[in-house]
Amino acid sequence: MTARMDKRFADLKAEGRPALVTYFMGGDPDFDTSLQILKALPGAGADVIELGMPFSDPMADGPAIQVAGQRALKAGQTLARTLDLAREFRKGDQATPIVMMGYYNPIYIYGVERFLDDALEAGIDGLIVVDLPPEMDDELCIPALAKGINFIRLSTPTTDEKRLPAVLKNTSGFVYYVSMNGITGSALPDPSRISSAVSKIKAHTDLPVCVGFGVKTAEHARLIGAAADGVVVGTAIVAQIAGSLTADGKASPDTVNSVVTFVRGLSTGVRAARPVAAE
Amino acid sequence: MNETPKPNSFRAGPDEDGRFGIFGGRFVAETLMPLILDLQDEWNKAKTDPAFQAELKDLGAHYIGRPSPLYFAERLTEHLGGAKIYFKREELNHTGSHKINNCIGQILLAKRMGKTRIIAETGAGQHGVASATVAARFGFPCVVYMGATDVQRQAPNVFRMKLLGAEVVPVTAGSGTLKDAMNEALRDWVTNVDDTYYLIGTAAGPHPYPELVRDFQAVIGTEAREQILAAEGRLPDLVVAAVGGGSNAIGIFHPFLDDKDVQIVGVEAGGKGLDGEEHCASITAGSPGVLHGNRTYLLQDSDGQIKEGHSISAGLDYPGIGPEHSWLNDIGRVEYVPIMDHEALDAFQVLTKLEGIIPALEPSHALAEVIKRAPKMRKDQIIVMNLSGRGDKDIFTVGKILGMEL
Repeated sequence: MTARMDKRFADLKAEGRPALVTYFMGGDPDFDTSLQILKALPGAGADVIELGMPFSDPMADGPAIQVAGQRALKAGQTLARTLDLAREFRKGDQATPIVMMGYYNPIYIYGVERFLDDALEAGIDGLIVVDLPPEMDDELCIPALAKGINFIRLSTPTTDEKRLPAVLKNTSGFVYYVSMNGITGSALPDPSRISSAVSKIKAHTDLPVCVGFGVKTAEHARLIGAAADGVVVGTAIVAQIAGSLTADGKASPDTVNSVVTFVRGLSTGVRAARPVAAE
Repeated sequence: MNETPKPNSFRAGPDEDGRFGIFGGRFVAETLMPLILDLQDEWNKAKTDPAFQAELKDLGAHYIGRPSPLYFAERLTEHLGGAKIYFKREELNHTGSHKINNCIGQILLAKRMGKTRIIAETGAGQHGVASATVAARFGFPCVVYMGATDVQRQAPNVFRMKLLGAEVVPVTAGSGTLKDAMNEALRDWVTNVDDTYYLIGTAAGPHPYPELVRDFQAVIGTEAREQILAAEGRLPDLVVAAVGGGSNAIGIFHPFLDDKDVQIVGVEAGGKGLDGEEHCASITAGSPGVLHGNRTYLLQDSDGQIKEGHSISAGLDYPGIGPEHSWLNDIGRVEYVPIMDHEALDAFQVLTKLEGIIPALEPSHALAEVIKRAPKMRKDQIIVMNLSGRGDKDIFTVGKILGMEL
């Protein structure tokens, strides 16, 4: 799989701290602002970037990410433009892995083969496609792996021991443990339960396990980071963007800075979180 | 080993992965996958369980009022001067449409699975009312998600649901119509996986929903087939039904699919015309894509973003269609055609005046197609149309268009 992703997690392991995985919506609130955010994230402390692909019907997302997608679409974002964001970013950063995250239909319409070729060329390291469970692996997962793009799978509290091997089978890059049932942006669950869930997954795989859904503060990041190889923050970042916009929903001079400041805070959390994932 | 056999039957689908050709499937978040698999297990057991089937049949007879009559529309037939027209009177069912057939079936499944809470989505409110009805009958709390736009234009059904004890949640996300209500119901389900049963209202969504909803609705076609044989001694030449998500249509079509001399036509909402954006003709004007758990024909743009549908009838206002219809279209077994708002409205008035039946705007689309075709057919030919719902809910919409104060 892409060297970038494996190297990043290997380096962090050597460093003895969890990864900060940051999600935001490509094209939110507009292409140029989101490109500035993307470029600023590594400097603010993001180790892996999840780049959201907007979709009109994001069934597994809460209101914050839904609205972010609508802002992006309204500003003219398309899958091709989201690939452009990654391409632009790669000109200045060869080290930070980018995972594109979203729903299958825009990729299906773009054409799976064409999408994978373009994603590879744009410097994409992995994909998270919410509505493609292992039962649908022939659609995109297998073709992506064949091209050398990681396919990162979500594991959830409803994924029982019996199902876990099937979920992990074609997963690569890392495993994304969704720490609660529900939509993105819900409340944070109990850290001890997260720790035991991460251990269960680690019994079945050597891949890094990153945990998300509900992380809002540096303290959350520290607590979760103590139990996992990575902490995923999404809704809280998207909320920072939303909170910085002008009354008519446009980017303000403060938009990029507010995200950078917030992510910098989170990064202090993951840096205080050692030891990493005691098995 | 998985060589696709030549379909010597059109009724064998879906395969074990829930596919009808390339359509169908299980495109859902991992959180829902174990639930979908549980439902499939339970459904496989229930469909061959004589006790389950007996309870379904008993409730069908005594609660819904089955079998619904097959009615020879004598005056309409005379008026059009061609083929004999029969209506399958699903509008006479308890709650006024075919939706109750599916709701009774699924609530029995929910009970078998030990679920204690029902959620549903609704567009026109017919499925919401039917869901609230069976939830009341079986003592389940029920939450119905309904687009905020639909809450306004279907106020009587909202009140019915509330009377029946359901909580109606207006959905403002997106465009506030049926697809957004379905997104919101899926979000609820993802959040409340342990106790909640999602009662989907149409033959769409992730496998096994398209199959089980079809099987619960196939009682329509099974009865109609027996009834027309009893009345005429032969099968019809043409079967017609309106298609939104497509549950009433697949219900009447399915038992006729292998009768090769029976022509079958599904009628989509052509809205204000297929040239513009204001229609809901997923097959005739859409393309295959993935939404709400299945691959099927969708209204979408070149970036794969789902478009809003438009129809005079809230029940057809969905930018997709059940996956089996997509397959039946592509293999050429069923023909799908659009009918415009104004044609449906004319048909609505024709039936009201000639037969004393006020149809819902959804089957008014099917009727408009019948009105086009019957005069071109011989007098010894037979049409069976699914009159899937009654029009009481639509009188305000129609009144407004006709310029009458209600």
